[in-house]
Amino acid sequence: MTARATKSRSRAGRIGGVSGSIVKCICPRGVKTGYDWSVMAALEVEIWRGEGNDGSWRCYAVPHQANQTVLDVVTHVQRHIDPSLAYRFACRVGMCGSCAMTVNGRPRWTCRTHVSRVSRKGRLRISPLRNLPVIRDLAVDMAPFFEKWRDAEARFVPSPVPVEEPVRPGEPARKAADAGIECINCAICYAACDSVAWNPDYPGPAALNRLWTLVNDRRDGDQDGHLEAAGTGCHLCRSHQECAEVCPTNLNPTTAIAGLKREVFRRTLARPPWEGRQ
Amino acid sequence: MRHGSWWAFLLHRLSGVALAVFLPFHFFVLGLAVERAALNDVLDWADNLWVKLAEAGLVVLLALHLTGGVRVLLLEFGRWSDRQQSRIALAGGLALLAGFGFLAAAFA
Amino acid sequence: MKEAWLFTVQRLSALVLAPLVLLHLGVILYAVRDGLSAEEILARTQGSQLWGVVYGLFVFAAAIHAPIGLRAVLREWVGWRGAGLDIAMGLFGLLLLALGLRALAAVL
Ligand code: SF4
Ligand code: FES
Repeated sequence: MTARATKSRSRAGRIGGVSGSIVKCICPRGVKTGYDWSVMAALEVEIWRGEGNDGSWRCYAVPHQANQTVLDVVTHVQRHIDPSLAYRFACRVGMCGSCAMTVNGRPRWTCRTHVSRVSRKGRLRISPLRNLPVIRDLAVDMAPFFEKWRDAEARFVPSPVPVEEPVRPGEPARKAADAGIECINCAICYAACDSVAWNPDYPGPAALNRLWTLVNDRRDGDQDGHLEAAGTGCHLCRSHQECAEVCPTNLNPTTAIAGLKREVFRRTLARPPWEGRQ
Repeated sequence: MRHGSWWAFLLHRLSGVALAVFLPFHFFVLGLAVERAALNDVLDWADNLWVKLAEAGLVVLLALHLTGGVRVLLLEFGRWSDRQQSRIALAGGLALLAGFGFLAAAFA
Repeated sequence: MKEAWLFTVQRLSALVLAPLVLLHLGVILYAVRDGLSAEEILARTQGSQLWGVVYGLFVFAAAIHAPIGLRAVLREWVGWRGAGLDIAMGLFGLLLLALGLRALAAVL
């Protein structure tokens, strides 16, 4: 039942995070596959296959079902058509952040993305996330994403002295922190961000968003260290707001980064260079 | 995937680069004012239509870069929690652009 | 530390430039009503301390603002990084400052 990819036209180009020859494929809809195609429409699914940067598009015919997610489609291909397809998922309910892929040109969490919402005329194009090295097929190496997160010092530092005053849910700083804590580390914002693509030293929206939640957390004991770290990268955000556009949990990292910029601005002015570093 | 904010950024950046390239020439020409004849020669040259159009373009670029900059300052220093702000800045930019474009054309 | 400083100075110069650009746009529209001539420009500017201060500030802010902005564009779009770029941008800023002050001296 494997659909044949027909090489009718190929050109070099970049789609998603990979480069190589793009093969336009035409899925034969009339093939006998064991499905009753007269009742079940076929999805024409193009998937990026390859190791590292080399690869090509391959086409698969997948039966369309009600409430089907993009992850269901990828799983169908692996279970019923080509078991060698590499991809990543875990929770299937939008909590772990491991299933992100580029779907029809836009990074998405595939386990919570309904095919009916994103397919164009029954077509899906699925490729690995942009801005991260591809391991194989749809699986990217997430290490740079987390390494930059670590290097941005976006981690909680317990305050050496106990925080006596209780943290109230309604206080402004807590609200600012709350606005950013539902991050599932999916790297969708990282893949969508042009500043990440243009600056090897830019930590990315997710890491800076986390940093902003820490700066607003009274229980954290290293506000100054966080701002020092933010000062090396937050200005590289150009307020494109792609991150806010694509974040599956509706966070707005641009707003968080704007907060960091304000604080970095203030902190820089408060300590002129001729006074030395404190 | 490109939306309003991204285009606002692009216009801001391109107009900024164009202005940075133009600025040394602008200063240089003004510096000719010590010899009035030389400046008047340049200004006479600037009287032809194409140069006028280019100058009108520069006025628009300046207006554009200003609006783009105000967008950035509003986003960064204002406490907006909403991406709607960029739409407003963009709309403001387009309005300003149209206004200055019209005026510049009227004077060209 | 350096990046944080460049960012801060860039925003400060932007805050200074924003109202000045608006003023400059107004002056442009006023000045070009009936053609430009060296005499007309000089009549407006010569001997005026206010023009000197305002446009002096303008030149300074622009000579700071343009190189920092250009530096960001060259880093991101051309991939030019490191000390060479910083030196080149420093020289560009000095060039702008020199030409700008020369222009100012010529019209005052
Ligand atoms: S901020 Fe949003 S898009 Fe970015 S990693 Fe977190 S959940 Fe994903
Ligand atoms: S599989 Fe866990 S978020 Fe999609």
